[in-house]
Amino acid sequence: MSQIRSIARKVRSKNAGPFWLTVDIFCGSDDAFERISSGLKTSAVADRFGVNGQTIKRFDIAELNVIKISLPRPVVQGSRADRDMHGASFSNLIAELEI
Amino acid sequence: MVRVLIPSGALGLNYDKVALERGIAAKPDIIAIDGGSTDSGPAYLGQGVSKYARESTKREWKGLMEARAKAGVPLVLGTSGTCGTDSAVEWMLDMTRAIADELGQSVKIAVLRCSQNAERLRSSFSRNRIAPLSGAPDITIDTFSACTNIVALAGAEQINAALQTGADIILAGRTTDTAIIAALPLARGCHAGAAWHGAKIGECGALCASNPQSGVILVDFDEAGFTITPLADGAHATPHTVSAHMLYENSDPFILYEPGGHLDVTGAEYTALDDTRVRVVGSKWVPSDRYTVKLEGTVIEGYQSVLLSTIRDPRYVQNAPAWAADVQAECRAKVMDRLELQSENFQIEVRLIGIDATLGGLEADGPRPREVGAMGIVTAATQELASDIAKILDPYLLHHPLTPDEEQPSFAFPFSPVELRRGALYNFALNHVLTLEDPMDAFSLEVVHSVANP
Repeated sequence: MSQIRSIARKVRSKNAGPFWLTVDIFCGSDDAFERISSGLKTSAVADRFGVNGQTIKRFDIAELNVIKISLPRPVVQGSRADRDMHGASFSNLIAELEI
Repeated sequence: MVRVLIPSGALGLNYDKVALERGIAAKPDIIAIDGGSTDSGPAYLGQGVSKYARESTKREWKGLMEARAKAGVPLVLGTSGTCGTDSAVEWMLDMTRAIADELGQSVKIAVLRCSQNAERLRSSFSRNRIAPLSGAPDITIDTFSACTNIVALAGAEQINAALQTGADIILAGRTTDTAIIAALPLARGCHAGAAWHGAKIGECGALCASNPQSGVILVDFDEAGFTITPLADGAHATPHTVSAHMLYENSDPFILYEPGGHLDVTGAEYTALDDTRVRVVGSKWVPSDRYTVKLEGTVIEGYQSVLLSTIRDPRYVQNAPAWAADVQAECRAKVMDRLELQSENFQIEVRLIGIDATLGGLEADGPRPREVGAMGIVTAATQELASDIAKILDPYLLHHPLTPDEEQPSFAFPFSPVELRRGALYNFALNHVLTLEDPMDAFSLEVVHSVANP
């Protein structure tokens, strides 16, 4: 088992508007893409974020060696419970998943 | 062909002056720059203000107004003043007039206003003209009047109406990031899919290339596709950097919704023309049956005061989560007693920096750090009440012991007073679209002349 962080070149998360979050896993090579694409289960992402898996949109883009995962923001941007206005730190939850 | 010069991803982010000169020398048909986004949070829309300092913004805008005069083509600013409310547009208009005076320029300015009237939206809501997007908060007919500001996002149609006035400068309120770039290519009959796709790739300036901080890029649009050319030294676009930009701040990397339809880039082909330029063809524009514009609005949820204490004692660092829970519970009880408040009328949170301040309940357990910051956040119906509650929380964050019988500890306060009055807590309250009969129905256009003193 290895953390995604140790396999991918970079994992980035951003707001996609105030109500959505999008995480881009830049795998960096065909091999890394194959490993993460097959090893990362969408249900594991849902569990880690505590959301319903059916709300997650996932795009495995082989031409870019990128896996993109979009989900409703765990809390709405800027609301009282939000701790990260720009949503950049959520990427760590994916980067630290073991596959 | 239409050549669009984009100085940077946003007014306020600065641009490479040498690259801008190159852009002017390349004879663009229009200069387009974005002025805002929701990405910095709801407070800017909430208050109707810019996130950037006036003098700093003025310096950048002055450089672009000089570039416009040299190029002799329109200069378009989208989403004026971060949030694009009428007040933010007015802020830019004042600044533009002041700069025109300083430069001795006489300019015709088209002002596109995007703020929305709550009464009109109530009427649209009751006629089922307002529909939620995915993930939208629940609203009622009263949500609109509760909002401090509401804007509608203008698209290419409204920007083109402004361009048709023959203005030198267009100051637009809230627009989609892409509309200011796509408008002229669409009006001149360039390929619609290419117009929107090139606009999306270009909207963040050189972020679609290497040396992303350099800002300045050119996008050439024609009847079949578009070509991206970054202009700064050391900036290169490749098929990978360009296609990867569709991922940016976009939940779907192949589809982008805009007023009047959507862009589909599933069939797009990216080709390197040389080591700097990329050509893209095959993007598709799919018009929609109805013309809709997106709404953004903000409400005030309450007012906040914030306190910060730092904890260095290893035993307290080790037991910080239990300590913070205890502080919250005891302080809450004391506030209910002293201020005669119900528990639902206020919130007290002690967020532990060093433990889980960034991710909260989603954080995994980890080793303890050397020190921990205890950030007290109080929310109440008024600033005075939040401040009074903060004053009750203050001694807990300074002296609260882990056990009742131990000597009273003291933690570190970084300033006096330790309480910061943060003001209103704004919430994004709308993620909806409004259906319009005519694209200009929710927008207004005014032409203003700024005449230089002789």
